[in-house]
Amino acid sequence: MSAKSSERAAFLALRICGYAVAAPILLILGLLIVKGAPALSAEFLLSAPRMGLKEGGIFPAIVGTVILVALAISVALPLGVACAVYLNEYAGDSRLTRLIRLSIVNLAGVPSVVFGLFGLGLFVLFLKFGVSILSGSLTLAFLILPVVITASEEALTSVPKSFREASLALGATKMQTILRVVLPNALPGMLTGAILGVSRAAGETAPILFTVAAFYLPRLPSSIFDQAMALPYHLYIVSTQVPGASETVKYGTALVLVSLAFGLNLVAIIARNRIRKQRKW
Amino acid sequence: MERNTAIVKKSAGVKRKTARFKEFAWEKSIAVLGSISIVILALIFLFLVKDGIPLFRHVGVAEFLFGNTWRPISEPPVFGILPLIAGSIIVTLAAAAMSVPMGVGCAIYIAEIADPRAKEFLKVVVELIAGIPSVVLGFIGVLTLAPFVQEMFDLPTGLTAFTGAVVLAFMAVPTIATISEDAIYSVPREYREASLAMGATRWQTIYKVIIPASSSGILAASLLGVGRVIGETMVVMMVCGNAPVIPNTIFQPVRTMTATIAAEMGETVHGGDHYMALFAVGLALFAISFAINAAASGAVRRRGAGA
Repeated sequence: MSAKSSERAAFLALRICGYAVAAPILLILGLLIVKGAPALSAEFLLSAPRMGLKEGGIFPAIVGTVILVALAISVALPLGVACAVYLNEYAGDSRLTRLIRLSIVNLAGVPSVVFGLFGLGLFVLFLKFGVSILSGSLTLAFLILPVVITASEEALTSVPKSFREASLALGATKMQTILRVVLPNALPGMLTGAILGVSRAAGETAPILFTVAAFYLPRLPSSIFDQAMALPYHLYIVSTQVPGASETVKYGTALVLVSLAFGLNLVAIIARNRIRKQRKW
Repeated sequence: MERNTAIVKKSAGVKRKTARFKEFAWEKSIAVLGSISIVILALIFLFLVKDGIPLFRHVGVAEFLFGNTWRPISEPPVFGILPLIAGSIIVTLAAAAMSVPMGVGCAIYIAEIADPRAKEFLKVVVELIAGIPSVVLGFIGVLTLAPFVQEMFDLPTGLTAFTGAVVLAFMAVPTIATISEDAIYSVPREYREASLAMGATRWQTIYKVIIPASSSGILAASLLGVGRVIGETMVVMMVCGNAPVIPNTIFQPVRTMTATIAAEMGETVHGGDHYMALFAVGLALFAISFAINAAASGAVRRRGAGA
């Protein structure tokens, strides 16, 4: 086979690889939209499940997921930003920073179900928070911490060094420089990191299995020590544990979950681009 | 007059002192918060050990690791995790065999061949895949892929190791493709230009120059993809059929380590043997993910030394 024709064959194979990756996702999204869209009514979104989860809506699961994710990010974001500021602005290349970086990488690799075990051991049982929103959202916060740290650090690196030098030269202290110059300029990137974390937390099931998730609750949670329903767990339940659950409930839940995850990503991207446009450098 | 300047001077001194204290407190608290990830990782390890290790007062370590029966609720219970390890390994190897070629091929196509529009499109697609919650992929797998596999291979059930591996392969592609792509981009332009100038075709340049030059990055990408697969829980729990026995073929149901924890923890008595056995399985998973990360960063470091 000549060099030219083997090149043609190889390129064709690689192109097939590329599109073979793209094809399933388009099919999946298509399927979810076709089968799930008819389920999306105000009633489905705003009412509770009925008939042993076989019929009815998913309102409590939506509320549960929103609360869990909001609490998780409000813990993970300050921690993640502080960690990134320390690594990028204060610490040089010391043994401690290498240890921190190593643990971030390893934390990112810990299986999500192991985070669930950890949450059960530490929050639910040892600290006696019980199976509760508090336990679940703290578990999720630790799970998404590596995502937030990595994105925040990237955002800090992208702030030009001259900004810091100019601020210090004007007599500002290091703290003032970080709070008034570096962080505001790094905000867009950090925002993206936060939203990526939120979308990850919204879709995770394994970490909430034993820390917060409830099969079915007739009422909405009233405090952070209550259990809550959550969208991913609800999808797992209706698609495997409830024989005879209606197609609309299953596909509708899946579509809402996927739209939430994608919608968040989209918001992140739009917000980031808008802030970027205002930049002068 | 003199007295006034003295007061001003004094208050300035106090101000400077509080400012210095604020600066000091701020720096220290940042440093403490900065180390939080070490603390969390240590806590995870600690709690897995605390709740998992006591099992070995009743069960031998070898019996636990190499016993080929997992019957946690029979009387007396038997805790041999070999079937679970076998389940994890079979699913992971099969998924890796599919997703590594696909992911690397996809990365090469995006980085070297695709025109700008196809490139943008595929990059977005890869990002989209990474953003789909795994429980949704499990759901789709159960509803569409499992019946298809059952019919195609004429099986008693479509929920098999193979079915799970296909879904997991799809999930691992974003990890493998994005990291491989970075590795390919980091190959210096001169390498390509030199090869093309010598009369090599683009394909010869890709497989004789670019792939070897980025091989350690591609290896690291593949390892991280494998790590993603072995730690995945919901897909395997929903799609692999959940039978804790060592299978003869890939077309039989299996149960992985992750799925066992997720499926059984709800029924355990906190502090009982079964509970501790599941934490011990978690400890084994934790160790595996550590080893994979170490191998991946080892691969990257080797590249750093070679370049």
